[in-house]
Amino acid sequence: MRGGHDLGGQVDMGPINPEAENEEPVFHAEWERRVFALTLAAGMLGQWNIDESRHARERQDPLTYVKNSYYENWLEGLEKLLLEKELISSNELQQAVAIEISLASQRFSVPNPEQTKKILYSGTPSLMETDSEPRFQIGDRVLVKPSDSTGHTRAPRYAQGIVGTVSARLGCHSFPDSNAAGGHEGKQLYRVIFDGTDLWGTESDKTEVAIDLWEPYLEQANA
Amino acid sequence: MSHDHTEPPSDLELRVKALESLLVEKGLVNPDALNIIIDTYEHKVGPRNGAHVVAKAWTDQDFKQVLMQDATEAVAGLGYCGRQGEHLQVVENTADTHNLVVCTLCSCYPWTVLGLPPAWYKSAPYRSRAVSDPRAVLREFGTELDPGKKIRVWDSTSEMRYLVLPQRPEGTEGWSEGQLQQLVSRNSMIGVELARAADASARGES
Repeated sequence: MRGGHDLGGQVDMGPINPEAENEEPVFHAEWERRVFALTLAAGMLGQWNIDESRHARERQDPLTYVKNSYYENWLEGLEKLLLEKELISSNELQQAVAIEISLASQRFSVPNPEQTKKILYSGTPSLMETDSEPRFQIGDRVLVKPSDSTGHTRAPRYAQGIVGTVSARLGCHSFPDSNAAGGHEGKQLYRVIFDGTDLWGTESDKTEVAIDLWEPYLEQANA
Repeated sequence: MSHDHTEPPSDLELRVKALESLLVEKGLVNPDALNIIIDTYEHKVGPRNGAHVVAKAWTDQDFKQVLMQDATEAVAGLGYCGRQGEHLQVVENTADTHNLVVCTLCSCYPWTVLGLPPAWYKSAPYRSRAVSDPRAVLREFGTELDPGKKIRVWDSTSEMRYLVLPQRPEGTEGWSEGQLQQLVSRNSMIGVELARAADASARGES
């Protein structure tokens, strides 16, 4: 989807102003620490996947997305998912008391500390089994298809309509566009290298951008 | 951050407290599990992991060979595995090419070897310009590259996670892995800086 999150190539977003590496804390406030932990812990209930989680943060008015601090967008996404998956109600959220939705019949388990640690250290690989063969070869010139999808996608807007060269075939990985809609489907993933001059103009020679793109985003470019 | 106790909590703090108490009351999260998550990313997983990987690659050719072929496997051998490191790829800086990592669409970052990303990595200014004007971005970090050097920017759009292997600083022949680790900054493994220059004090620290 086109949204405030699709930031590559936007101009005039201001200076970066990095904090000194050795002085920056992991979290800048207690509430950030809580939002981070709540998001990971709630994610472990298995009621949504990582792309649904990203999509929930993206589905905001673009100005709000850009203006919000990072963990405000996480909080926004977490509340939205909890409401949409009916784990909480908006009355409960407003009053901060469990009054409406009973979870007694739910068939999920809440990981204890030991299980939580195990989940953190094992991760969730996106590589999937497949019988399909990759359609593109290394060295192929491919075009990123323009998209007006209103759903979640991982084809950045700045690369859409641009031709690049396949430099690696990365295997069959869980496809974000389907994943975010609650499906689970694998598609071939490629590393595609773009010349800076094709993306941004002649002053960007000596620059390349490598982007990981799924097969449905691509079509063969004319030789 | 220090907090003045006379200052009333912000709306945001209240909103987060309310959400946490609701989720705990409903049994949706385990409070001790929250503490495990915070402790893991605040104290256990961080850029020292990545510095270990880089220094080992600089001193052990066999390790480097495995690392460049299958970084996920190679760093798992050092005990670094899990969330946001399921598919790790190491990209090597050379005399001709400098690498820079970004996630223009969100904040993808190799947690297993670098921990959680710094605030600037997640910010709109970095995410927007790292792909379109990487040389200017590097300059904001005080990094000036030879104008003839090519920059390759890695936009982390999939679950592949990228770690930059910086060039080993000159004058470090004979340094131990532990000594070399002191030269490997987090920023050099994202690609916004080079590894720290060798000096005697760094060598003395280990």
